[in-house]
Amino acid sequence: MKAASKPWYAATLEWVDARFPLTKMWDEHLAKYYAPKNFNFWYYFGSLALLVLVIQLVTGIWLTMNYKPDAERAFESVEYIMRDVEWGWLIRYMHSTGASAFFVVVYLHMFRGMMYGSYKSPRELIWLIGMLIYLTLMGEAFFGYLLPWGQMSFWGAKVIVSLFGAVPVIGDWLSTLVRGDFGISDVTLNRFFALHVVAMPLVLCALVVVHILALHEVGSNNPDGVEIKKKKGPDGVPLDGIPFHPYYTVKDIVGVAGFLIVYFGIIFFAPEVGGYFIEHNNFIPADPFKTPAHIAPVWYFTPYYSVLRATTSEFMWVVAIGTVLLLLLYWREFRGAWRLVVPIAALALVGGYFTIDAKFWGVVLMGLSVLIFFALPWLDRSPVKSIRYRGPLTRMALAVFVVSFLVLGYLGTKTPTVALTRAAQVFTVLYFAYFLLMPIYTRIDTTKPVPERVTH
Amino acid sequence: MSDEVDKDRRRFLTVTASAVGGAGVVAAAVPFVAYLEPSARTKAIGGPVEVDISKLQPGEKMIAKWRGKPVWILRRTEEMVEAIKGMDDRVVDPNSDSSEQPAYAKNETRSRKPEYLVVEGLCTHLGCSPNLIPAGAPDAPEADWKGGFLCPCHGSKFDLAARVYAGMPAPTNLPVPPHQYLSDTRLLIGADEENPA
Repeated sequence: MKAASKPWYAATLEWVDARFPLTKMWDEHLAKYYAPKNFNFWYYFGSLALLVLVIQLVTGIWLTMNYKPDAERAFESVEYIMRDVEWGWLIRYMHSTGASAFFVVVYLHMFRGMMYGSYKSPRELIWLIGMLIYLTLMGEAFFGYLLPWGQMSFWGAKVIVSLFGAVPVIGDWLSTLVRGDFGISDVTLNRFFALHVVAMPLVLCALVVVHILALHEVGSNNPDGVEIKKKKGPDGVPLDGIPFHPYYTVKDIVGVAGFLIVYFGIIFFAPEVGGYFIEHNNFIPADPFKTPAHIAPVWYFTPYYSVLRATTSEFMWVVAIGTVLLLLLYWREFRGAWRLVVPIAALALVGGYFTIDAKFWGVVLMGLSVLIFFALPWLDRSPVKSIRYRGPLTRMALAVFVVSFLVLGYLGTKTPTVALTRAAQVFTVLYFAYFLLMPIYTRIDTTKPVPERVTH
Repeated sequence: MSDEVDKDRRRFLTVTASAVGGAGVVAAAVPFVAYLEPSARTKAIGGPVEVDISKLQPGEKMIAKWRGKPVWILRRTEEMVEAIKGMDDRVVDPNSDSSEQPAYAKNETRSRKPEYLVVEGLCTHLGCSPNLIPAGAPDAPEADWKGGFLCPCHGSKFDLAARVYAGMPAPTNLPVPPHQYLSDTRLLIGADEENPA
């Protein structure tokens, strides 16, 4: 009876630990997970993304209790939640604002990674898993946006699903397979509901766990881009590391408070955010026979939508010139037979630019503008991680990227005119230049000496 | 029995088990993918629709619903038919070579009868529904507008045979669905002699 001398809770914990690694997990991921001590403002957004995920899961489950995934009743059931269900308006606005908040937080989280080189070795996998999370989140948001069955839900889905039709040969079959019907209909709504509330959230949660496990395996990066594990004390703990709990749990609570003030400020005072978070047309029930005057996706998709619209048959000349320039710039990098294969492939590609519809290439470029983030760890050839110790070229390039992303996002919300399309084309070129010229400017750029230890 | 591992036997069993298991996975995927295709009921709802066009006046357009898509029936006046003739150099695909239509509608007016235009009223760019704007209308998109359709989303212009103007976001002319005249006033959309319902 050795447990008799211990208090009941310690005895219970011991009993559990003998059967499940509870204390071990607590230590590995919180109490003895040593994070760099110099985390700044930008390090709030990872934990905030987790918070928003929880908000979306909880409010989502509550919404499904009253929502009807039926083309005849979906719109009405959302209005029912808004008007007749106790606190329904709050749960619904938390969910709709949460969707936009998710993207705000994730975009800032990604920008942090780009700024401090968090995607570089040894954290490439964390970045790739993060990108998978981002793609899943885009799918989740897209499927979810159809559910209120408003005009924008309907026409937005119609436009996006029709993009599958641009795939040569199997395009029509593919878009019919996605819809389950010859047009967006009740069938489509029902399956998007299944994907939005079951499939995507499961994938999302699994990927988040994998993302955090991978992070805790290699350890967090920091604003100085210094590997804290290189300088350990006699106890084996990094000299610049502090336990995540309680130091960063407490710090993150401050971030949570700041976030919630803004988040609920929006929910209470401007839940539609002038048509950016909930588009005006979505307060009109879906009508397959009446196209809204202006169709635009929600703000978080607009940068990519701009790339799609910028790709006119005229713009294919620019793409062709770009392809040839890239070939000339990187040809020497290839070895052996590749020196022959790559130019032939590039020329075949250029031929394709002018024989296949620009619509198809628009879809390709739009897809590429999202997927190209995956390549960042291998495009960046700089010996240093953090922007703090990088030269002027890299800093300028990052600034150009941020401006391009924001301008493309803005243009994607507007009705295109000749001048706006031209602007979108210019910024599409700059957007891709940031990525495709990165191997060159990160290599020739000057760097400052990186300190041995973190600076604060 | 010897204690040694028969590696050949082990490899054979591993490969066979993986191949059989892999084939099983592929076979199991078939019903899951096929489940996503339009169901029998969806296909039945997507069957042909019959439209009474007896009340349609010259110059008027009516909309029929087929497979959740708006199908326009435009009864063209003689001036409208005449206006199509001058448009060949403005449109990107005058002979409808890369557009979608049954063989009987691959002609100048893109119709079985010059008087009636039957097309799917969805822009071939991104699926918005263009508007009919007659010649001389106050909201005509250009001076000397001969009449046609204008897409409100991205500005694609089409002539009165639903052929897209050059330099527009839409790549091809509006598709003509299979259709046949059951009589002078009864039109069947979604089926014709070669593709019976």
